[in-house]
Amino acid sequence: MSPFSIAALVKKPISLLLFLCIISIPAPQVMAEEIPGNNLLDDAWKTLSSKNYNNKAKALETIARQNPPQALAVMKAMLEGQLYYSKHNKALYFLQETGEHYTFSPVFYGEQISQKNRRGFKKVKVNNRLRSTIRQLLAVIQLKHKDADIRLAAAQELLKNPDLSASHLIEKAAKNETDSRVITTMRTLLAVIQIENGNETEQRSAIETLSQSLNSSAMNALRNYQAPTEALKNAALSAIKKINDKRDLYAKAETVFFGLSLGSVLALSAIGLAITFGVMGVINMAHGELMMIGAYTTYVVQLLMPNNIGASILVAIPAAFIVSGLVGVAIERSVIRHLYGRPLETLLATFGVSLVLQQMVRTIFSPLNRSVETPEWMSGAWQINEVLALTWNRLYIILFCLAVFAALIMVMKKTTLGLQVRAVSQNRTMARAMGVRSTWVDALTFGLGSGIAGLAGVALSLLTNVGPNLGQAYIIDSFMVVVFGGVGNLWGTLVAGMSLGVINKLIEPWAGAVLAKILVLIFIILFIQKRPKGLFPQRGRAAED
Amino acid sequence: MIRTTLKKLALATAITTLSLASAGLAWAEDTIKVGILHSLSGTMAISETTLKDTMLMLIDEQNKKGGLLGKKLEAVVVDPASNWPLFAEKARELISKNKTNVVFGCWTSVSRKSVLPVFEELNSILFYPVQYEGEESSKNVFYTGAAPNQQAIPAVEYLMDDIGVERWVLAGTDYVYPRTTNKILKAYLLAKGVAEKDIMINYTPFGHSDWQSIVSDIKKFGSAGKKTAVVSTINGDANIPFYKELGNQGISAEDIPVIAFSVGEEELSGLDTKPLVGHLAAWNYFMSVESDENEDFISAWKTFIKDKKRVTNDPMEAHYIGFNMWVKAVEKAGTTDPSAVQEALIGVSVPNLSGGYSAMMPNHHITKPVLIGEIQKDGQFDIVWETSGLVAGDAWSDYLPGSKDLIADWRTPLSCGSYNVKTKKCSGQNY
Repeated sequence: MSPFSIAALVKKPISLLLFLCIISIPAPQVMAEEIPGNNLLDDAWKTLSSKNYNNKAKALETIARQNPPQALAVMKAMLEGQLYYSKHNKALYFLQETGEHYTFSPVFYGEQISQKNRRGFKKVKVNNRLRSTIRQLLAVIQLKHKDADIRLAAAQELLKNPDLSASHLIEKAAKNETDSRVITTMRTLLAVIQIENGNETEQRSAIETLSQSLNSSAMNALRNYQAPTEALKNAALSAIKKINDKRDLYAKAETVFFGLSLGSVLALSAIGLAITFGVMGVINMAHGELMMIGAYTTYVVQLLMPNNIGASILVAIPAAFIVSGLVGVAIERSVIRHLYGRPLETLLATFGVSLVLQQMVRTIFSPLNRSVETPEWMSGAWQINEVLALTWNRLYIILFCLAVFAALIMVMKKTTLGLQVRAVSQNRTMARAMGVRSTWVDALTFGLGSGIAGLAGVALSLLTNVGPNLGQAYIIDSFMVVVFGGVGNLWGTLVAGMSLGVINKLIEPWAGAVLAKILVLIFIILFIQKRPKGLFPQRGRAAED
Repeated sequence: MIRTTLKKLALATAITTLSLASAGLAWAEDTIKVGILHSLSGTMAISETTLKDTMLMLIDEQNKKGGLLGKKLEAVVVDPASNWPLFAEKARELISKNKTNVVFGCWTSVSRKSVLPVFEELNSILFYPVQYEGEESSKNVFYTGAAPNQQAIPAVEYLMDDIGVERWVLAGTDYVYPRTTNKILKAYLLAKGVAEKDIMINYTPFGHSDWQSIVSDIKKFGSAGKKTAVVSTINGDANIPFYKELGNQGISAEDIPVIAFSVGEEELSGLDTKPLVGHLAAWNYFMSVESDENEDFISAWKTFIKDKKRVTNDPMEAHYIGFNMWVKAVEKAGTTDPSAVQEALIGVSVPNLSGGYSAMMPNHHITKPVLIGEIQKDGQFDIVWETSGLVAGDAWSDYLPGSKDLIADWRTPLSCGSYNVKTKKCSGQNY
């Protein structure tokens, strides 16, 4: 009945050095037959291929307790969804996927099988609860791992669910620990256990340790703490207050970051409009669809270079600028140039163009959303401390927004094109008299604004859906930002975008997302009543018309 | 002004569709007409186009089997363009002008509410295939999607009993389905002894894309030491940025699982599934269900749509069930006359795709199994739990004070959509 467990136990002396378990295992020299629970282990392996998750969890605990050499690999494979069993004899296999090829290597016995599909094998199913059980079990084993980062992750995992039975192991590990981050986490972990189970002196020092931590388990331990004496109770209360003060400060910093990041998205999507609407005076309802085209360009670029997702975003930036810019020039040449000076007709015509573009995308790419993969270097967060983490993609988008803005200012202030654009927008007839080809400048200006909309599309493709409706969601916000900032003023657009973002995020916690949007809109309406030309109105002769 | 342009555009599209449809009018005398009322343009096109194709496939298959009552079936497709009032206009057009005998259509509740008076006035039949908030039973509508007790309540039961969740975030998009569902869920949770402070309710606008502060709030709410889960009625597009933000802020499905009622295979096929793995969804059908009917359906669908990668989803199964029920009822009644078919439909039982049978109940809802799946890397669901038997759809929730005592029963002699068992009165209001 026990072919695999015997095999397992023979190898045990070596594996014991690597593994550590919750309850220590009988000495390795004991013969397999004599170990009580040997059948237990055997049954445990078998249970893994059954259906009941509770039984599987119990089986895993048994396995971790006995800790045969396969335990670590099997648990890791289960987390990854790579543990399979043969339908034929229920033997366990590890799956390795290489492209279209599936290799099944046996956990205990049998032959390695390579085939083109998964026929004949079934996955050992894992649910969330089982996954967290496995992580907890793994964490205990990994407290002694060579890599400090893995030890830290293990300690943090244990901190999620502190367990008295593991405390002597943690203490031992903490003594040998060299990495300061791991030591701090382990101390917090021990304090969480001691505050509940220790004597009064231990409790006092635990409170002291916990007051230094921002971890939520630490906070919960302090909150649930039943103090035996008045003094300890007061100590715990002041510790809670101390943590809360710190947390509030970080929460404020977080809100500002959220605001700036929302603001940078608003500003980014409005900068292009600040050119077409602000500088040229074209009410461009197709602005959102130009962003959509930028986003779809990102998708296509990723399709073309599937093995280089990280670099694809960088390639997509110029590609989106060019594609959207060309579409913009085409729109200007075919529609808008016939309608200068007739804002209502321009509005309707560009709205029509936006519908055409949307339906075109539906026909080419289907109405379903397309997925743009976030590259590895943009996922996750920069963990500053336990409570404050800034997500990388948002950070990059803030930087990207500022970079685009700086580049645009440079183009407007330092290049011939910029000079001509400013000249034409200030006084068309005079500029033409000076030899500026105003029609050519119009087309290029519109192309520039559209290209920047395309850049915004690249950023948006990483935040939201790439679908035909992408543009509609942002067009109103974009106009709002431009009008609020002052038509024709690029700096106004940036400041307006950022401040609207922060205002929105300040209101959101107490008013909810829906009301926050409404309040911001009301605020802008009132503001425009007071200052019809926005935050930074155009001054001088250009402002007259 | 924008609306008028939209309408005109939609009208133009409709006219084109119509003229295409009328090309086949020469032999229209001998066909049975089936109306399809799904948006093919606008915001809802993303979900509804698939259902139109599903219906075309089902009708095509039925015709290959020899049609119905010796006649061929003919699909009449119109495009209500995601415009709610246009749904009513198009419905009227289908029934009075095109003389369709039955209509399969609608997705959002508001579109259903918009066409309801038309169907009641002209006494036709509508099959509605999407999960919805309940609190409705019309003589003319057959609800093949899930009522809250066939999706939301079992999902919460699963989280409570199997995962041990004690703290709840009810997050939804701000419209009628999430609001009603959350009202029912809150009443249910309170009845189960969950404290008011352990429930957090949050609404966001349609297409919300900036989830930073909400996710951060959920994180804080979930760090109180009790197991927390998010019950999401967030609609359509807003889901992707939500899951992305969860992933970026480091919240995994093991820490705070999210169970969604509107995320299916079709939605997942359009996105990067990495941040979603392990999160849950509750439906009555998953593409990964192992049954012969499902295998057949999937291969028929892939052949019909000529795309090996296309997926199937729950509302498609609802149309599959609904269409087969209608076919069976027409055969039983021997006519396509709506009144006769309405009567014949009650009690009809047809195979569903999960290997069992679904039956039409007297309240015009059907019996279905409830499945819970975990999202996998490949965009499919791993079924982790299912109800032991079939669950009958309940038109009026047992957890809301106003509808506790109401039942719907369209059989004679009761024949009422909202009958109060206490006062023994039919409110007369059908929806």
